[in-house]
Amino acid sequence: MEETRQVILSAKDIEVKFRVRDNYLTAIRNVSLDLYQGETFAIVGESGSGKSVFTKTFTGMLESNGSITNGSVMFEGKDLTKLKTDKDWEGIRGAKISTIFQDPMTSLNPIRTIGSQITEVIEKHQGVSRAEAKKQAIQIMERVGIVDAANRFDEYPFQYSGGMRQRIVIAIALSCHPEILICDEPTTALDVTIQAQIISLIRDLQKELGFTTLYITHDLGVVANVADRVGVMYGGQIIEYGTVEEVFFDPRHPYTWALLSSLPQLGVKGEDLFYITGTPPSLYNEIKGDAFAPRNEHALKIDFEQEPPFFKVSDTHYAKTWLLDPRAPKLEKPEVIRDLHEKIKKMTDKGGAFHVE
Amino acid sequence: MSNEQREVILSVKHVDITFDKFKAVKDANFDIYKGETFALVGESGSGKTTIGRAIMRINPCSAGEILFEGKRISGKISKEEDRNVVRNIQMIFQDPAASLNERATIEYCVSEGLYNFHLYKDEEDRIAKVDHALESVGLLPEHKSRYPHEFSGGQRQRVGIARAMIMDPKFIVADEPISALDVSIRAQVLNLMNKLKAEKNLTYLFIAHDLSVVRFIADRIAVIHHGEIVEIADSETLFKFPVHPYTISLLSAVPMPDPVVERTRRAIVYDPSVLDQSGEKREMREIRPGHFVYCTNREYGDYEDKMLQMEREMA
Repeated sequence: MEETRQVILSAKDIEVKFRVRDNYLTAIRNVSLDLYQGETFAIVGESGSGKSVFTKTFTGMLESNGSITNGSVMFEGKDLTKLKTDKDWEGIRGAKISTIFQDPMTSLNPIRTIGSQITEVIEKHQGVSRAEAKKQAIQIMERVGIVDAANRFDEYPFQYSGGMRQRIVIAIALSCHPEILICDEPTTALDVTIQAQIISLIRDLQKELGFTTLYITHDLGVVANVADRVGVMYGGQIIEYGTVEEVFFDPRHPYTWALLSSLPQLGVKGEDLFYITGTPPSLYNEIKGDAFAPRNEHALKIDFEQEPPFFKVSDTHYAKTWLLDPRAPKLEKPEVIRDLHEKIKKMTDKGGAFHVE
Repeated sequence: MSNEQREVILSVKHVDITFDKFKAVKDANFDIYKGETFALVGESGSGKTTIGRAIMRINPCSAGEILFEGKRISGKISKEEDRNVVRNIQMIFQDPAASLNERATIEYCVSEGLYNFHLYKDEEDRIAKVDHALESVGLLPEHKSRYPHEFSGGQRQRVGIARAMIMDPKFIVADEPISALDVSIRAQVLNLMNKLKAEKNLTYLFIAHDLSVVRFIADRIAVIHHGEIVEIADSETLFKFPVHPYTISLLSAVPMPDPVVERTRRAIVYDPSVLDQSGEKREMREIRPGHFVYCTNREYGDYEDKMLQMEREMA
């Protein structure tokens, strides 16, 4: 099935370094990713794993001390890593590839009205008159769920709640009909009930408009809800990727195991929750072997010596761990995440802790 | 143990908290028992932190009172009483980076309460106490000379906890203590809080927005919405028999780590118009022993029906 789907963006062997005082920090270490037209791909990882930095290379938004030192990002026949100036990026960033950030106030101007901020984008990208832009802006405000949009057009961001502001940011991002929407922790700053609404809004709009969505999140619950495919990042690399079912129900990398195991939803009262010991690797030093090895109770000797390649689990599922080498000892995933679906189903079925009706 | 036999350590009695004309908390009324973890769950702006801060004597109550070990600690109290409150009720904050003085060493950060209250005999004693507090949260004595920025988020939260623990408090207000931390670190801090609670017979008020975390750590849960506590029950009951529509909406919004389940799970949007609009004053009513819901007479009838139905289904 995958072969018949069209690749819309292809990142290959991306390496990103940051200069910090007299040192170099390698934030992304040879990461490749193909995004398919119309899919939702979620990159999940903890802070410092490189998930935001990696996707910033798709829009040329790396901080000024960072640079792409290797690799390519192909989009519509162009290598995006070759684009340098804002002028080079015109027509791509914000137009064909848009980003929604965690905090809507990083995208909105606090001293300009909501309406003017949307119309500005429509005017610029679609070259329509101001009156037409206003009409479209109100339509799109209604579409993202702003009640009484015409009357709220002239209000300022502070008059909107956090959830409403994020709706406006989505409206702005979508007003230029992007091909790819990057959602960088779009719901982390929002309340859970609002989070659910924003996620379903993005999903509905995607169905309607057909764009490709790239989610960046640390929340595996959100991933399970939104993603078709998932990539797990650790220490500046994608260490496992596959369909959402493969990654949740048949994870292969010990880090993916650990991440799933530490979910509070799986905790048993009166028992300790699973947690990962130690801290993530310093990206200032060269990482030898598997970056997760020092924190991995199942680590093999070779994990400390040689970086594992990607091993194939299925046509769609790959993991970068020596455990998949035929010579490795057979190891089962931890008890807490075995039969995950049965466990969660029990929690959400009648009588379970998360059952509602 | 039934609730009547348990020792109440803290009582919030019909408390209102008002900022100018805005009523942030309306008629909050609950007891916290010695040795339990009592969770206050709600979304931003619901008033949960405001209640925590009122217990800390940071926000004044505009009506009602707060009792700690049977003595009033809200409003005007003597200087000695005030010191007693500060010693016995400590706080753990959401953002450990913001709550630690970045120019001070860990030794100073952790010692600060000891200095303020002269709770040490001599230097040797103070250092022994700091070492002990650091060890109790899983840090090492040699960390004393370092600065907060040299630590990871999880370690900084441990320093924040050590800073509270060194006062040997009886009661801890933990305001979203894990919200700023990564998933794998959250588990460490929750485990640590559980361990300290068992070792020192602490009582926690755990303020959170996330029901999945609360289920794991809390003995009892109060759900707060727009300044009103709408439902209180022990943790298991609240998850099994939620009756208030807001509680149900909050439960339905917890994302589950299972793509197959998530595909069919729908978040229920809270619609306050289903409530009794007659204007009758709501009060906390005990629908089952220890299970309270904020409602009018008519709503009580509805909730009772719902409860009976759920009980029949569970049986």
